Amino acid sequence: MGTGGIAAGGTEVMEAFNSEISSAGIKASVEKFCSLHKVGCRGLCAKDVLVDIIIGGEKTTYQKTKPDMVPRIVEEHLINGSPVTDWVAGEDYHNFHDKQTKVVLSDCGEIDPEDINAYLAVDGYKALEKVLKSLLPADTIDIIKKSGLRGRGGAGFPTGLKWEICSKVKSDRKYIICNADEGDPGAFMDRSVIEGNPHAVIEGLIIGAYAIGATSGYVYIRAEYPLAVERLRKALVKAREGNFLGKGILGTGMDFDIKIKLGAGAFVCGEETALIASIEGQRGMPRAKPPFPVHSGLWKKPTVINNVETLANIPYIIRKGADWFASFGTEKSKGTKVFALAGKIKNTGLIEVPMGIPLKEIIYDIGGGVEKGRTFKAVQTGGPSGGCIPAELIDINVDYESLTRVGSIVGSGGMVVLDDTDCMVSIAKFFLEFTQAESCGKCVPCRVGTKRLLEILERITEGKGREGDIELLEDLGRDIKASSLCGLGQTAPNPILSTIKYFRHEYEAHIRDSKCPAGVCRELIEYSIIEDVCTGCGACIRACPAGAITGEKKKLHRISADLCIKCGACFDVCKFKSVKKA
Amino acid sequence: MLKVSQKVDEKLKKILDKYVSEEGNIISLLQDIQDVYSYIPWEVVGWFAKNLDIPESRFYGVITFYSQFHLKPRGKNLITACCGTACHVRGSDRLINWITRELNIPKGEDTTEDGQFTLERVACVGACGIAPVVIINKKVYGEMSINKLKRAIKDKR
Repeated sequence: MGTGGIAAGGTEVMEAFNSEISSAGIKASVEKFCSLHKVGCRGLCAKDVLVDIIIGGEKTTYQKTKPDMVPRIVEEHLINGSPVTDWVAGEDYHNFHDKQTKVVLSDCGEIDPEDINAYLAVDGYKALEKVLKSLLPADTIDIIKKSGLRGRGGAGFPTGLKWEICSKVKSDRKYIICNADEGDPGAFMDRSVIEGNPHAVIEGLIIGAYAIGATSGYVYIRAEYPLAVERLRKALVKAREGNFLGKGILGTGMDFDIKIKLGAGAFVCGEETALIASIEGQRGMPRAKPPFPVHSGLWKKPTVINNVETLANIPYIIRKGADWFASFGTEKSKGTKVFALAGKIKNTGLIEVPMGIPLKEIIYDIGGGVEKGRTFKAVQTGGPSGGCIPAELIDINVDYESLTRVGSIVGSGGMVVLDDTDCMVSIAKFFLEFTQAESCGKCVPCRVGTKRLLEILERITEGKGREGDIELLEDLGRDIKASSLCGLGQTAPNPILSTIKYFRHEYEAHIRDSKCPAGVCRELIEYSIIEDVCTGCGACIRACPAGAITGEKKKLHRISADLCIKCGACFDVCKFKSVKKA
Repeated sequence: MLKVSQKVDEKLKKILDKYVSEEGNIISLLQDIQDVYSYIPWEVVGWFAKNLDIPESRFYGVITFYSQFHLKPRGKNLITACCGTACHVRGSDRLINWITRELNIPKGEDTTEDGQFTLERVACVGACGIAPVVIINKKVYGEMSINKLKRAIKDKR
């Protein structure tokens, strides 16, 4: 029951089960005990709503469950013990999960996120106990350093090292902050972890606080994640009741508590110094580094800021050991990473895989390949700070170094799959629209630079591109990267530079031939009706909002180029595929 | 125009007391104000500016920086269309264009003239697996289509 599951009807399915079970009187039957639990997100959004029936230790999973399917499942499976095989999750579901290596997501989708006892039953808070009762802060830091964990928010800075630097700074007050401002379009793993297992994040925060000597902590979370905020609030209350937070944690001398701070809709506040400014109640504008937050952060005190996924890894690393974590991944990119698969791919959702896994496996084996039989064109990774990896590079391994070498980044882990109907110039323009709107405005290279980059891209996609525009984009892009104050500006040109590198021919087609090969850019495409295919049914005339189509019943219809606003309604509605887009 | 009357004064006092007792910051204060009024009435800002001795310009700076805050009243029904990458690639533009035409939202504005609907675009709501996503009055709709949209807004018109 994550946001996606609920949107797919999870609450209604649960209610249906509730009423079926009580009306079937299962609880009252001899020897049959039935309990109904909700769990967090399991990651496979495409097959929601997922329902597990566990009888005598044996688990059967149903997919795409609807409330009207529930009576039959209850009668045939719960009461008579025979699963409804037609509705049971098949090969896709198992392929999706089998190739994953779940650490952070291991308990998401398996436990009730609102029940602290469910977390305790899977060894929850045992890592905290181990750390407080038998390890010194320096020992704790050593374990994290040895594990090789790197920040999962995007920068990939070694977590153990960050904790170590902060722990050595002398100060009367120190802070630890969980960055849950997941702003990258296409990334939703942090939301899912907080909705699915908020206690893992809390436990990680407390362990981090112990390691660096923090006196209080914050979770800075987007206001756009209301369910995650609610689950986190409830979890904090339960954690305090269980003596895992507050004064004298677990009977030791450690006093520590966590406050929630809501974001207010600014992407730039995911940048650590902007985030700090926001908690301080100011406009979220970054400042120059050094000094880094570990030396001077919130209220000018030493502060460690860690991403949600980074923190969620901590309890597992402490419990199972640094060597265990380091056994996954590559030499420089240890452990696992959660990726958000979205776009034109069959199995959209969240996956957790060891670093270094071939991209091909993610797209085809786990992701199920491109949907609707279309051709894989590229995958955009790392959100608006990242780049595209074209089809010819599908054999690369996914880790920090390999992606940087091809001009992209791992970033927060967003992966948006693109097919042959996506225009790479339009995608670059989309990202610049985003970064331009989100630019805080403080430094000239970003404030003015992104605006100019966007203007050039707009001209190109409208058929007004000029010879020299591509070179201008490249020059401007490099200058903006080199001189912007913060990560937003420093990475904003990446989508442009990356798409020019691999899809220069598309830019050239727009500029020299005024053509959009993928058929996306409005001003460069024309809708027309194919003579021999049109049946004259009139569906397009009814759908057209601009009154641009004329034609008699059962006779060829015509689109007037002057009136056509290129909305695509006729293309969508025609059952005979007689509308051509060129 | 909202006149700061006696009754309103009490609501505001409650927010002020919370701000003072919890050592709040301007952002949480504005979030509390918006929770009550569904937007930020400028007269209310004036009241707080006076009572907290903070210049109105500081409030203005924070309100206009963060996209969550609105200085104009919202429509009775709030339609939030996600424009994140995954939703964009799966056709969010088409949905937004349809809503704008269907509800007659004036160019350059986000609210219908009769105050029934506000259409806001947001960067990414984090439900990329079920793109394209539209949230209507806090209910999340995944894999949205024009037909589903028609059905969803029908009873609200």
